[in-house]
Amino acid sequence: MELTGAEIIIECLKAEDVEHVFGYPGGAVLHIYDAFFKQDDVKHILVRHEQGATHAADGYARSTGKPGVVLVTSGPGATNAVTGIATAYMDSIPMIVITGQVPKPLIGNDAFQEVDSVGITRPVVKHNFLIEDVKDVARVFKQAFFVATTGRPGPVVIDIPKDVTAHKTEFSYPEEMIMRSYSPTVKGHPGQVKRAIDYILSAERPMIYTGGGVILGNGSEQLRKFTRKLGYPITQTLMGLGAFPATDKQSLGMLGMHGTYEANMSMHHCDVLIAIGARFDDRVTGNLEKFCPDATIIHVDVDPASISKNVRVDVPIVGEVVQVLNEFNEALENTDRVPNASAIEKWWAQINEWRSQDCLKYDRESEIIKPQFVLEKMYEVTNGGAIVTSDVGQHQMFAAQYYGFDEPRRWINSGGLGTMGFGLPAAMGAQLAHPDDLVMCVTGESSIQMCIQELATCTQYGLPLKIINLNNGYMGMVRQWQEFFYDKRYSNSHMDVQPDFKMLAEAYGHVGIKVEKPVDVEPALREAIAQKDRLVFLDFITSQEENVYPMIPAGAGLNEMILV
Amino acid sequence: MMRHIISILLENESGALSRVAGLFSARAYNIESLTVAPTDDPTLSRMTLVTSGTDDIIEQISKQLNKLIDVVKILDLTEDAHIERELMLIKVQATGNARDEVKRLVEIFRARIIDVTDTTYTIEITGNGAKLDAFMEALSSITIHEVVRSGLLGISRGDRVLASQN
Repeated sequence: MELTGAEIIIECLKAEDVEHVFGYPGGAVLHIYDAFFKQDDVKHILVRHEQGATHAADGYARSTGKPGVVLVTSGPGATNAVTGIATAYMDSIPMIVITGQVPKPLIGNDAFQEVDSVGITRPVVKHNFLIEDVKDVARVFKQAFFVATTGRPGPVVIDIPKDVTAHKTEFSYPEEMIMRSYSPTVKGHPGQVKRAIDYILSAERPMIYTGGGVILGNGSEQLRKFTRKLGYPITQTLMGLGAFPATDKQSLGMLGMHGTYEANMSMHHCDVLIAIGARFDDRVTGNLEKFCPDATIIHVDVDPASISKNVRVDVPIVGEVVQVLNEFNEALENTDRVPNASAIEKWWAQINEWRSQDCLKYDRESEIIKPQFVLEKMYEVTNGGAIVTSDVGQHQMFAAQYYGFDEPRRWINSGGLGTMGFGLPAAMGAQLAHPDDLVMCVTGESSIQMCIQELATCTQYGLPLKIINLNNGYMGMVRQWQEFFYDKRYSNSHMDVQPDFKMLAEAYGHVGIKVEKPVDVEPALREAIAQKDRLVFLDFITSQEENVYPMIPAGAGLNEMILV
Repeated sequence: MMRHIISILLENESGALSRVAGLFSARAYNIESLTVAPTDDPTLSRMTLVTSGTDDIIEQISKQLNKLIDVVKILDLTEDAHIERELMLIKVQATGNARDEVKRLVEIFRARIIDVTDTTYTIEITGNGAKLDAFMEALSSITIHEVVRSGLLGISRGDRVLASQN
C-alpha cells in the first residue's frame, strides 16, 4: 500500500520506538500533523516555543539514552529550534529534529516562512538532510537515527518540503544501515590498551578524569569496576557527574573552574592521567600551558578528533568507553601486576590533606538564604534521588557542587553551550520519560524567564516538576565576573523588575511558594515534594552577592585556585 | 607552518562541498585552494584542498574532515611522493613586439596558445604552482587582461591510491 510522506514519517518513528515527539505545528508541517492526528502510537507534546521543544527532547534523551525527537515548521520554527540543536550538539546528545520546509518548487524563492534550514543548522549538527523525494524518506530516517545514536552522538536535522510529505510511495523501513562514509571505531586498539595498562599500573600519583562520554556511552558500571579495582582517585567533569558515585570516598568531586580544590590539585600533581570520555574543555583545563605538567596522559574517546585537540596525549585510545573499559578490566584481571601500594597510599595522604581544606564550606549560619544551603537541603530531603536539571549560571555550579549524584543520567544541564532557558523544558522531557521519578529544576530568576512559557506545557500534560528558583535578583555569574574583573561595575546584570513568581506559577495553574528565611527552606522543600501531582514553583530569595567558590581565574593553572 | 595537499573522497551530494568549506571557516583553518569534481564513480567527488598549518592543526584538519559524514576517505598527499598540477588560462595583449615575444615564452614554458585575435592571445599552461608563477613572472612586461587558475590537483606517485575500497 502506498503511504504519504507524512504517514511514512509516523511509520519511521514507530519503527524507531519513538514514544514522544516534542513539537509545534505550522504551515509546512500540516500534512505531518494531520498524520499525527490519525494515530495514537506516537504521542505529540505541544510546547509553547520551539526552543522548548528541542530542550525537552534533549532532557528526554539525556535522562533515557534514547534519541529525543522534535518536529517544527519551516522558517521561524526552524530558527527557534537552533539554540536547542546547538545545545545538544555541544553536549553530544542524540536528537532528531524534523523541520518542515516550503514546497520544493518554492525553495530558493524567498517564500513565506522559508529559510535554508540545512544551511543554518549545518555547523551545529552531526549531520543533516534535505529530503527531495518521498522515496528517500524511510532511508533518510534510518540513516538519521543511526548517525545520531552511534559513535559520538549528536543531533541530526531532517528538512522535508511540504509537497514531499503529501507525495505517496510504498513504505519499507531498512533493516540495517551500512554507510561507506561512516563507521565509528568501537574497540580500543589492543596495543594501546596494553601500553595504557602498563602506565596505569606503574603510576605513583594516578588520577582518573572522566566526562560526559561515560554517561552517553553507558559505561558507568564498567567505570566503577575499573576505579574500585585500582583504588585510584577519580574526578568527574560537569557533564560526567553521576557516572561514579559522588558519595564514594574515591570520588574527589568535580574538577575545573569551579571544581574542588582536591580534584584540581590532584590533577595538577598527578603523574598518570587517565582521561575517559572527556574532552579537555577550557573550563576543565584552565591554562593549557600549566595543565598537568608531570603527567603521562592516556585518553579514551570514541571521537578521534577529541584526542590531542587541546592537550597532546601520550596514549590515545579511540573506542567506545564500555568496550575500552572492558578491555582495561580484563587486562587488570589477567595480570599479576598490582598498583604500587606504598606510593598510592602516600598519594592518598596528600589528597586527603588537600581535601581537609573543605573548599565547599560556606556560612551555614547566615540569616539570609544561601544558595548552597538550598542545594544541601534539597539533597538531604530527596536523599540524592531526584533527577535534577539546571539552567546556566551560579545555580548550575552550586547544584553540581552540593547535590551529590550517585547515578548516571540524573544530572541534566547544558555544559558546552551554556544555554540559559534549558532547565525547565529539559525537566519536562525528563519527567515525561520518568513519570514516577522526582524531577527538580534548579534555576535562577534570570534563566527561568528565558523559557518560562513552558509552564503552560507542564499544566497541559500534568508534569509535577519542582522548580527551585534561586532568586538573587542578578544574573549571578555575570555579576560575579563583574565583581572580580570589572571592579563591581554591575553593567546590566541586575533586572530591576521581576515578576512575582508565586503569582506567575499560580497563573499557569501551578503552586507557587515564596521562601525568604533559611528556617523555611527545608519545610518548603518537603511541602513541594509532598504535592506529588502538582508542579510547585519554589521561589527562594537568596543572598544577592554570593559567589561561586572555589574558582580558577582565567589564565591560571589548576593549582592556582581562589578559595573562599 | 607547512603546506599540505589533502585529497578527499566524498559523497557526490548537494551540500557536501559546503560541509567541507564550512568546517574550514568555522574552525578558522585556512584554504589556499580547493578543487572538486565527480570521479569515475559518479556517486563520489574528489576534492583537492591545499592548506597550511602546524602539525597539530593539520592533524585536527584530517580528523575533523574524517568526522564529516559525507567524507569517505582522505589522504595527505604531502606525506609521500606525489605529483601536483595546476591549469592556468591567461589572456594577454598581443600587439607589436609582444606578439612574437609571447610566442617565444609560450614555447620555452611548453604552454599553448589556444585562442588568437588581432590583439590578444589566450594561453593554456599546466604545471606545478611554481612553474605557473614563473611563467607569470616571465610575462611581466606584457599586458595581462585575465588570469584563471584551476587550483591545484594532486595524485600520489607509485601504487599509492585513494579509493573508496582499499
